[in-house]
Amino acid sequence: MDGMFFLIPITLFMGLIGLLAFLWSLKDKQYDDPKGAAMRILNDDDFPLP
Amino acid sequence: MPSVGAGLGVADARVFVRHGAQGDHNLELLVRGARCAGCLRKIETGVAALTGVTQARLNLSTGRLSIAWNTDKIDPRAFVQKVIDLGYQAQPFDPSEAQIQNDQEGRHLLICMAVAAFAAMNVMMFSVPIWSANFNGEMETGTRTMFHWISAAIALPAAAYAGMPFFKSAFRALSKGRANMDVPISLGVLLAAGLSVYETALGGDHAYFDAVVMLLFFLLIGRYLDHMLRQKARQAARDLLALQAVTASRLNPDGTTSSVRIAAIRPGDTLAILPGDRIPVDGTIIEGLSEADFSLLTGETAPVALGIGQAVRAGALNLSGRLLLHVTARSDDSFLAEIARLVDVGEQSKSLYVRWADKAAHYYVPLVHSAAFLTGLVWLLLGAEPRVAIMNACAVLIITCPCALGLAVPAVQIVASGRLFQNNILLKSGDALERLAEVDYVAFDKTGVLTLGQPRLLDQDGLPKDALKQAALLARASRHPLARAMARAAGPGPAAPDAKEVAGCGVEAFIDGDLARLGRASWVGAEVASSQETELFFRLGQSQPIRFNFEDILRGDAGSTVARLTEMGMDQIVLSGDRKGAVKQAANAAGLNDYHAELTPFDKAAHLDRLAAQGHRVLMVGDGLNDAPALAKAFVSMAPGTAADASQSAADLVFQGDRLGGVSDAIWVARQAKARVMENFWFAALYNLIAAPIAMMGLVTPFIAAIAMSSSSILVTLNALRLAANKAGEN
Repeated sequence: MDGMFFLIPITLFMGLIGLLAFLWSLKDKQYDDPKGAAMRILNDDDFPLP
Repeated sequence: MPSVGAGLGVADARVFVRHGAQGDHNLELLVRGARCAGCLRKIETGVAALTGVTQARLNLSTGRLSIAWNTDKIDPRAFVQKVIDLGYQAQPFDPSEAQIQNDQEGRHLLICMAVAAFAAMNVMMFSVPIWSANFNGEMETGTRTMFHWISAAIALPAAAYAGMPFFKSAFRALSKGRANMDVPISLGVLLAAGLSVYETALGGDHAYFDAVVMLLFFLLIGRYLDHMLRQKARQAARDLLALQAVTASRLNPDGTTSSVRIAAIRPGDTLAILPGDRIPVDGTIIEGLSEADFSLLTGETAPVALGIGQAVRAGALNLSGRLLLHVTARSDDSFLAEIARLVDVGEQSKSLYVRWADKAAHYYVPLVHSAAFLTGLVWLLLGAEPRVAIMNACAVLIITCPCALGLAVPAVQIVASGRLFQNNILLKSGDALERLAEVDYVAFDKTGVLTLGQPRLLDQDGLPKDALKQAALLARASRHPLARAMARAAGPGPAAPDAKEVAGCGVEAFIDGDLARLGRASWVGAEVASSQETELFFRLGQSQPIRFNFEDILRGDAGSTVARLTEMGMDQIVLSGDRKGAVKQAANAAGLNDYHAELTPFDKAAHLDRLAAQGHRVLMVGDGLNDAPALAKAFVSMAPGTAADASQSAADLVFQGDRLGGVSDAIWVARQAKARVMENFWFAALYNLIAAPIAMMGLVTPFIAAIAMSSSSILVTLNALRLAANKAGEN
């Protein structure tokens, strides 16, 4: 029973991290160009990015 | 006929540049043809290599290339040229017309969905132990109440935030004295939350906190899918609008020319119209000789000769010579604008269409509310405590909360539109699918719809071996549709370097020292009784002139498509602006007996009105500017990707490629989608028929509610996915 008192906050905290990570990625415009993101990863980084 | 954008001539990029405060400049280009990582890299590095460019970023999903630079030395037109040189189509466009307004609404729905998902998962962590304890009886009341309070602490703020889209919409509807689907949703959510808090405060067994957030999560998925579909359709429509923002070159009194937006052209201005440009406003020709292609305006395929003093209407394509045009009407007053106004009127009538989901809500809302009211009443009459009666009434509203119904339509539509997209059919209006499924009459335009809209060189026996090869040297230098057809038939190759276009006559050049001419019979020197518009003559030196015949051929599958539509129970008709003979020939070849020729744009729209008055739901398929009012007026409309931009804007769907079969494919998919939606509606009704009596009897527990809601939502979604699995060959 005692375990619950720290396990519950830990789980909720982890869930909250997941939510915040999603909100951050949304704010970071990571979903604005899904096709481009899928293709960009194939390009090497060794050409001068604008 | 030009492809999208190609016939617009050269829109001057300089007009579209936005200037920032710190000497920085910005330009947006619409790039077509970029698909892969290589394209992305080629375009971005290619443009970034130009001096002064600080940023070049291509969005592959929307096809937008955004360029920023900080020097005045570079000509913005160089960017467009650079992208074209790299092998892609590029067109500057006006972001004010096309800006996606940053899709605030979609983003908000997504955040709401994430919050609801987080809450649903974490509340479930407390609900599952409570449910299992109900079976095993191992949980103390104190622990259960604590679990309930923790659930409440998560679910209540989450529901207050994630439920906002529904609460707001329900409030808007109620304040107008109407009820939409969001009313029972909001009521269900609020009652479930209120009831659960009350029960928890009394230390009771049942709390619905998990149902509150799970319900919102499922409904938000449906809402987001629906929003995405509309957003995509709106985007497609806006891109087309943005492409129409082209420029014209105005001749100033001091002899210089300057690029101006079409809206800025005034009567009395003089415009220079180059071969290949579309005439932007109505006017009179004051200098030059040329021919014009009126096919987008009237449907007539044969080029019309233009000379000094002749009045021309906006939308015609200048073919062979440079013209000076004296403007007689503002763009707002021109023939094109008249057509645009008709399109607006037509679109307004379309917005009156009642969507399936709203129709369902119309029956659903009063039904569940009276069921809940009756439940409470009957329990009271049977002598139950008011608390029990109210609880059972609330349970009815909670369990009948249209969770599956909220997914029923959007899930099917998103799958169907993806299916159409695979078949190169672009959906431009959110409810086009619904309307398309109810069509029983198809009206075709001839030029560009039944036919390919561009002449093809006919195979001929007895042509001298090198004739086509030599003629093509001249043909490649011309923009005349017949010359272009010849160049296509001959394949890629060089153009004669000294080729000279003689307006209204043809092209001439020297081949191996001999004068070669390609053009009209009389000019070339051929002796023919009557010169046809579908012929070109070629003569090298003093040799015998050679005749080439052209024909605007039917789309390869026009006949089979017509047959298939007949099989689907469609009446069909041809409405064309072309001459009677040409229409009759094309209609008969496609297997259609009902045709009308020599119609004005207004006649076409009027004809559709008559059909609508007879109770028909007409699908109009057209490509010309002359079809635009009819396209807007029709119950639902389609345009080929080669159509005039105004027509593509007016149409609900756009199909690409040489196949007319896109029309029957689209109808088939739409009908399938409707069948799936109806199944989903029936399923939702069946679910309520089972669940509601259980709730009425007061037997519903949060566990049953959770199982029922999630399983019905999943079933509805799976049924929608069947649409993707069906093979297209079955149609």
